[in-house]
Amino acid sequence: MDLIPVTIDGQRIEVPEGTSVLEAAELIGIDIPRLCHDPVLGAVGTCRLCVVEIDGMRNLRASCTTKVTPEMVVRTGTPRVQESRRTVLELLLSDHPADCLTCEKMGSCKLAEYAYAYGVRKGAFAGAEHHYELDDSNPFIVRDMNKCILCGKCVRACQEVTGKNVLGFAFKGFDTKATPFGDTSYLESDCIFCGNCVAVCPTGALTEKGMQGQGRTWEMEKVRTTCSFCGVGCTVDLNVKDGRVVGVTSTDGTVNDRAMCVKGRFGWDYINSPKRLTKPLIKRDGRFEEASWDEALYFVASRLGEIRQRYGSQAFGALSSARTTNETNYLVQKFARGVMGTNSVDHCART
Amino acid sequence: MAGLATTFGSGAMTNPIADIDQAELLLLIGTNTTEAHPVIGYRMLKARRQGARLIVVDPRRTELADLADYWLQLKPGTDIALLNGLMQIILKEGLEDRAFIEERCENFEELRDTLESYTPERVSEITGVPVELLFSAARLYATTDRAALYYTLGITEHVSGTMNVMSCANLAMLTGHLGRPGTGVNPIRGQNNVQGACDMGALPNVYPGYQNVNVPEIQAKFEQAWGVPLSGEIGLKIPEMFDAAHRGELKAMYILGENPVLSDPNTNHIRAGLEKLEFLVVQELFLTETAQYADVVLPGGSFAECDGTFTNTERRVQRVRKAVEPLAGLADWETVAEIMTRMGMPARYRDASEIFDEMAALTPSYAGISYPRIERDGLHWPCPTPDHPGTPILHVGKFSRGKGRFQAIDHVPPGELPDEAYPFLLSTGRVREHYNVTTAYSPGIMALWGEEHAWINPEDAHALGLEADSRVRVTSRRGEIETAIEITDRVPPGMVWMSFHHAGSPSNALTSHLVDPVSGTGEYKVCAIKVEKLIS
Repeated sequence: MDLIPVTIDGQRIEVPEGTSVLEAAELIGIDIPRLCHDPVLGAVGTCRLCVVEIDGMRNLRASCTTKVTPEMVVRTGTPRVQESRRTVLELLLSDHPADCLTCEKMGSCKLAEYAYAYGVRKGAFAGAEHHYELDDSNPFIVRDMNKCILCGKCVRACQEVTGKNVLGFAFKGFDTKATPFGDTSYLESDCIFCGNCVAVCPTGALTEKGMQGQGRTWEMEKVRTTCSFCGVGCTVDLNVKDGRVVGVTSTDGTVNDRAMCVKGRFGWDYINSPKRLTKPLIKRDGRFEEASWDEALYFVASRLGEIRQRYGSQAFGALSSARTTNETNYLVQKFARGVMGTNSVDHCART
Repeated sequence: MAGLATTFGSGAMTNPIADIDQAELLLLIGTNTTEAHPVIGYRMLKARRQGARLIVVDPRRTELADLADYWLQLKPGTDIALLNGLMQIILKEGLEDRAFIEERCENFEELRDTLESYTPERVSEITGVPVELLFSAARLYATTDRAALYYTLGITEHVSGTMNVMSCANLAMLTGHLGRPGTGVNPIRGQNNVQGACDMGALPNVYPGYQNVNVPEIQAKFEQAWGVPLSGEIGLKIPEMFDAAHRGELKAMYILGENPVLSDPNTNHIRAGLEKLEFLVVQELFLTETAQYADVVLPGGSFAECDGTFTNTERRVQRVRKAVEPLAGLADWETVAEIMTRMGMPARYRDASEIFDEMAALTPSYAGISYPRIERDGLHWPCPTPDHPGTPILHVGKFSRGKGRFQAIDHVPPGELPDEAYPFLLSTGRVREHYNVTTAYSPGIMALWGEEHAWINPEDAHALGLEADSRVRVTSRRGEIETAIEITDRVPPGMVWMSFHHAGSPSNALTSHLVDPVSGTGEYKVCAIKVEKLIS
């Protein structure tokens, strides 16, 4: 593949043909602000925040959709660029609710981050504002379209990642809205609630219903792990606050990039179910009674010991699980073989 | 697993998930991928959008069948006949990969002789697939350079499951679609750690890493490592355990994280077996249908409450990390270790990585894997040494067993087909929103998908006088249940499809008692039922 030499903010770099200016800048540690760009989605250049100056080009160019050309000279932070970005942000804020204090996205909102970085406040442009009703009619995703900046990432995630094409742009001009066909709720649409739209939303327009009010993003510990549903093995982040999992969010997974499905993103909450067993149970006279770990483990060990002695090893069988870890499976088969003396250990998915 | 192990020498997905992007053709047999494995489904949909060709073999009109170049709507349980038919066409038209067959495979002549009688007309008769479609699919698969075959339980959950798998392998070998990027025979695993549970030797015939229990040297290796005498006798598979419990020979069971009453076929037989046990221990998150039968229930820990590893469908060993303390105090492995220690086999592991290291030292295919190496991305086994990069694609250059062995296989009909008394065919499976057992405890999931809806064709619904909101009683020779319905032409007339997720309509009360004699897997995909409208 041909390498193309370019100069960005005085630094020279050679990048593969087809690299965008934004990606090339990233390679040398220059972070160009962007709202509509996402590495796993097609570049569309709609937000105009990533504009840069390129020698020989009359207008500012969106760096996400401009590919490098040989000997291109790029400047990413000139006064003209800065002024343009400020104006873009002022326009976005003119129709954006200023309720950051209670917004679920506070702390991870890209719009707030850039407004802060560029010192932009609401009020530069006065004009019409949207007053959409909050849609929390489904159990998983809260939609506040007043906070939508029409970057289109949700639309592209639905088309390009999930492949469902549920979301699109409805209406025109100021009334343009990212919404299911016919501007229905998600519930009435063909939405499969994968939440891949939520994962890419840069503002508080789409948020996880289960995480509402559960804690600020900076209070969450993110624990990288492997999803417990199905054999795909998606990498996900468990969001933990005060010793409790309060949400599961996308991370840069090996197998899945940031894609997830309805179970992985929203179906994990069985782990917090009040129906979970918290104490060992021993059945006495046909009824379960709570017992201490010590009592239960002693009882199990002594009863299994008796059975091994009285009937021999072949009177025992163990079922392990395709849902538990390798380490637990290893121990269960070691227990059946090494302690009970039998190879009768199996699990339900041996085909 | 047994099928691919016999043919190739290794029973796992041959190619990585990412290879879907490289395939020019996806051949999907008995996999409703967009529902059962959504994130792999996204990838297949994307490959399709970007121009990959698509053949779907499924009795149901799945989402991917809607998008396929060719949808082969076979009658349930006729996979072998179909695959044999495709292979006969390929041979008759000279589209096989001669060099691959000669250099890398054996037993070709026997396969060729068996294929002789599977003429397109006969195959069409058995499978219900039109002759022209057989020709089109055979030609497309054989003449596409990078063609990848994927299957799931639609292939394996039959009395002929192992032979179905071998037939898939035959087709791929015949056309040389193995050992290269974008090809392969790829079983997509249903549960998160099916691959790992098999790899770890939670099987009655093998130790970790598929090392046979009846080979004296291997037995000696484990006896030395564990410091105890071991049995060289192959143990019982699940159905055999419940049979033995019935006969009063099996007295005690330890069941960890499984709910056979809901998830195994022929529920009533399972219940009766559990009732006969003298002592039953169940280690579980919830007081499940199975746990109700226990003498002792030990609270399990969820995946968020323990360190460890899962091995995904593409043989990638990945980290599971403890995010919160176990709700009941002990992670699953700690509970098992405690019992072992109390029964005289000290299992004093400081953490999960010590268990992994002990296992890896005894398991050649995992020997090079350790927690530090999989901190970020995981590794594909086999990974024999600490500097080995892992093996995303199996059978490059040669098969694990040396030569790939063609298996000459004849069509085996399902064990129980519809008749006058039970005129409908029931097939079962999974829906996107649910996962075997746990999702029934998710409030959000249950709010939207809280009950079973048996799929029934509009023609049948009309004949039975059913409306969209009707409820039906479904009866088989083994049990009966009641359920809501969905009237849909995604199932053909004469077929009913149900999931197995709902305790209120437990479809496994109906499913067949018959199993694949090799794998012991139940025939969840075919049994005979009758359907009656419930008068409310």
